[in-house]
Amino acid sequence: MRIFSLFILTILLNVNFAGAAGSKIDIPKYDWSWKGFFGTYDRSAAQRGLKVYKEVCSGCHSMNLIAYRNLADLGFSEQQIKAIASESLVEDGPNEDGDMFEREAIPSDRFANPYPNDNAARAANNGAYPPDLSLIVKARPKGADYIHSLLLGYKDTPTDFKVPEGMWYNKYMEGHLIAMPAPLMDGAVEYDDGTEPTLEQLSSDVTTFLAWAAEPSLEHRKRLGIKVLLFLIALFILTYISKEKIWRDIKH
Amino acid sequence: MSSNDPHGYKKTLSSPYSGVKGWIDSRLPLIRMMEAEYLKFPVPKSLNYFWSFGGIAMFCLIGLILSGIFLGMHYKPSAEDAFNSVERIMRDVQFGWLVRYLHMNLASFFFIAVYIHIFRALYFGSYKAPRELVFIFGMLMFLLMMGTAFLGYTLPWGQMSYWGATVITNLFSAIPVVGDAILLTLLGDFTVSDATVNRFYVLHWLLAFAIVGLVVFHVITLHMTGSNNPSGMEPQNWDETLSFHPYMTIKDTKAMVLFFIVVAFVLFFFPNIMGHSDNYIRANSMVTPAHIVPEWYFLPFYAILRAIPDKLGGVLAMFGSIAVLFILPWLDTSKVRSCLYRPIWRICVLLFALDFFILMYMGAKPASDIYVLISRIGTAYWFLFFLVLAPLVGYLETPRQPLTISNFLRDKKALT
Repeated sequence: MRIFSLFILTILLNVNFAGAAGSKIDIPKYDWSWKGFFGTYDRSAAQRGLKVYKEVCSGCHSMNLIAYRNLADLGFSEQQIKAIASESLVEDGPNEDGDMFEREAIPSDRFANPYPNDNAARAANNGAYPPDLSLIVKARPKGADYIHSLLLGYKDTPTDFKVPEGMWYNKYMEGHLIAMPAPLMDGAVEYDDGTEPTLEQLSSDVTTFLAWAAEPSLEHRKRLGIKVLLFLIALFILTYISKEKIWRDIKH
Repeated sequence: MSSNDPHGYKKTLSSPYSGVKGWIDSRLPLIRMMEAEYLKFPVPKSLNYFWSFGGIAMFCLIGLILSGIFLGMHYKPSAEDAFNSVERIMRDVQFGWLVRYLHMNLASFFFIAVYIHIFRALYFGSYKAPRELVFIFGMLMFLLMMGTAFLGYTLPWGQMSYWGATVITNLFSAIPVVGDAILLTLLGDFTVSDATVNRFYVLHWLLAFAIVGLVVFHVITLHMTGSNNPSGMEPQNWDETLSFHPYMTIKDTKAMVLFFIVVAFVLFFFPNIMGHSDNYIRANSMVTPAHIVPEWYFLPFYAILRAIPDKLGGVLAMFGSIAVLFILPWLDTSKVRSCLYRPIWRICVLLFALDFFILMYMGAKPASDIYVLISRIGTAYWFLFFLVLAPLVGYLETPRQPLTISNFLRDKKALT
């Protein structure tokens, strides 16, 4: 039995080594609202984060897996979603005459792309491609902590560190060089709910929004998970008692 | 069968059941077989919880096939659509995220169960006569599992999917003369591409069901010999056995529920912990990830591959490391099965398990000097274990052995 437990423990400890190889940069840990067994996305932070995305990030970064209708998850009403969608133009067509045309986006459309194609995106950004942000929180090790750190990381350039033309120093970027200039600063976005738009606040709000975008099923998943675990634990107690009862008279 | 009844006609009609059940059973003896093999089947009294992992692995397989069928209804096997179709499953399909995370995590837990199952076979000598074929069918399944898992990992068409597939398929080009032809046939193109994901999808299904077929052979061969047990002795009389039902069914159910509590915990709260974040980036043939790492369950073999400086040599070592398992029943010369009674071999087997974990760790690390050196030592021990220690220890060591399972149980009681 000792060997049994030891073996299982080792195998469980070992399985996440796959992600163990990586950088030496220390990413600070933050306390996010969606962490833990009962975690949920902070709706007002995510709504503010959408505003930051729309007014700042969406200039260069697409989010082409997210549809305007998905914003209902964040507590926006149908009217609000229609209004948000109509602020963007999307290409549609061909119409009866065979021409492509532009129209206001509707809730079922995906977020409009800032550039017509990848090459245009590169051309406008010194050859660097601004990645799509739909999955960015899941697509980086350390996820939300990393995104938040990166947005705050434009500081303290070491004096002996050479930053080439068109690049910026970032404390948390791999290799410390990033093609994106600091996107956020104090007051970059004006909030409707009166929240002080400090750099920290803007960054953590947009990170909340992006975390939701990457994993919209998180709340449903955790709620269901609690129920499934409770059910399985109850089932285990029953099987445990049954086993004891059935084996009671067996000498082993 | 009597001489004047060439087809055994009278015997087929003599089903132990009556009515509809008897009518079916006398023509298709499935009910009779199930009763003999799963209800009354005698198993040694002394089985411990290591023996639950075969059943657990089978439930993982069933879960994988069911979730796979539903994923297949929404997935699109093309370079253009694969990545987005997986994201559609995650976002727009009802409970799609659950089915997808289940499939993804069960694959890992299937390997966990199977690795424990294989360790059990090594530690208690389940591979020895008369169970050689049980073991060999098991190893064949393990090989197909690795193939299926590799093909399946390509399907989401993330960065690791793409580059993992590129690195692994490239190994085939190391084979002399026919290597390039094999590679071309496998990929359907000169690089991993649209044609590749399409055929990998078909092969992923095919191999999954081939595993199901082998399960049947694994179970048939097992039921010919009966289960091994911690003492390594065969039962001498009925007193040393228990019927499969209800004793093993309830014991295995208990173990299974506990296992699936762990599965549910990971699935619902840390669904991506065994995956790699790069696979949430769409495959891009122009950008190579900084570290191309296979899934965790391939890491020991990946470390063996990289331990050999020559490409062909590395490929041979990697496949050889699994091939030696197939001949283990004949490499091990000891008459005694269980490690509990083989003091030297026991240490060798535990070191082998340790070696497996060390290689797993090395497989995840970049191929720098110190890690490659440790990988080489690990690889050397792997082959030493099978090719030298297995035959040699059988001669050198003086094993102890209880006379019967009853003795074993009495000794165990005295110890605790």
